[in-house]
Amino acid sequence: MATTYEAIATVTVGSGGAANIEFTSIAADWTDLLLKLSGRTNKAQKQENIQLYFNTSNSNFSFKMLIGDGSAATSYGTTNSQVADVPAATMTANTFGNMEIYIPNYAGSNNKSFSVDSVDEGNQTTVYSYLTAGLWSQTAAITGIKIAPAGANNFVQYSTATLYGIKNS
Amino acid sequence: MAATYEPIATTTLGSAQASVSFTGISGSFTDLVLIISAGSANTIGFNYVRFNSDSGTNYSATSLSGDGSSATSQRSSNSNKGWLGYWTGIENTIKTMSITHIQNYSNSTTYKSWITRNNNANGSTYSLGTEAAVGLWRSTSAITSMTIYNQTSGTDYNFIAGSTFTLYGIASA
Repeated sequence: MATTYEAIATVTVGSGGAANIEFTSIAADWTDLLLKLSGRTNKAQKQENIQLYFNTSNSNFSFKMLIGDGSAATSYGTTNSQVADVPAATMTANTFGNMEIYIPNYAGSNNKSFSVDSVDEGNQTTVYSYLTAGLWSQTAAITGIKIAPAGANNFVQYSTATLYGIKNS
Repeated sequence: MAATYEPIATTTLGSAQASVSFTGISGSFTDLVLIISAGSANTIGFNYVRFNSDSGTNYSATSLSGDGSSATSQRSSNSNKGWLGYWTGIENTIKTMSITHIQNYSNSTTYKSWITRNNNANGSTYSLGTEAAVGLWRSTSAITSMTIYNQTSGTDYNFIAGSTFTLYGIASA
């Protein structure tokens, strides 16, 4: 029986940190993709945005975000490909944020609509959870995904990301 | 090794169609996951679901959504279809996707609930944003079929060609 839900690749950041996490040469063998990140960066702030790239491009993205900070819910839209926050250097120690990106029909010829859920919880007054709608207005199949700290910082050691493929048959 | 996450059925529309059904859903799994990537023939379409062809007013739902400028919450109750997503298709193109989880769907003791995430970030006038919603079907029957509709203000519209619907089963053991 074919494997429906399969780990394509996983990356665990080593002791030197990493400027990005990238998955390349993604085959069209599955129907949907699911990227799961447990991440933290070394930016000297509590949080840092994560920049998303498809096929090495961070253009032609649009996002609508619903954000909770522990006291209010807000929403904003952007064409910047900064998709979510993760904890950074001054956030509660040993705390990593979670992010999940679900991309249906990633190899199809329609524009790519996708879902992002993320949190950067920590023992702080203000932390954030995000529910995000994403659209990449390109018809090309997605063959590469890269995530990077937006401020040219590094993912710290023990940050992990796994890309799964999900097949509908 | 037993398959934990398994496709039950998938439909890709070759032409526009008013509804999509999954029938004969066995009780072999613990939970269901429905993935929709679709567009509506109407400017704005809303997704609804009906289980086991039940057209009684047994459905309710509550949503939390963001349109890019403000966050809102809405609720429907005593409806004859379940609010599966506040928005699905816009502008006759496929730019919306949703993920719906239906837990413990085959038990015959409890009412059935679901949680769904809907997403459309298109930059145009009709871009409606992101949403999380929960729904309830007040029936203790095991879910053996479901039909998904696209509707606005009580009028059914077609899902456009190329829309895809896939139902997965998740087994806990």
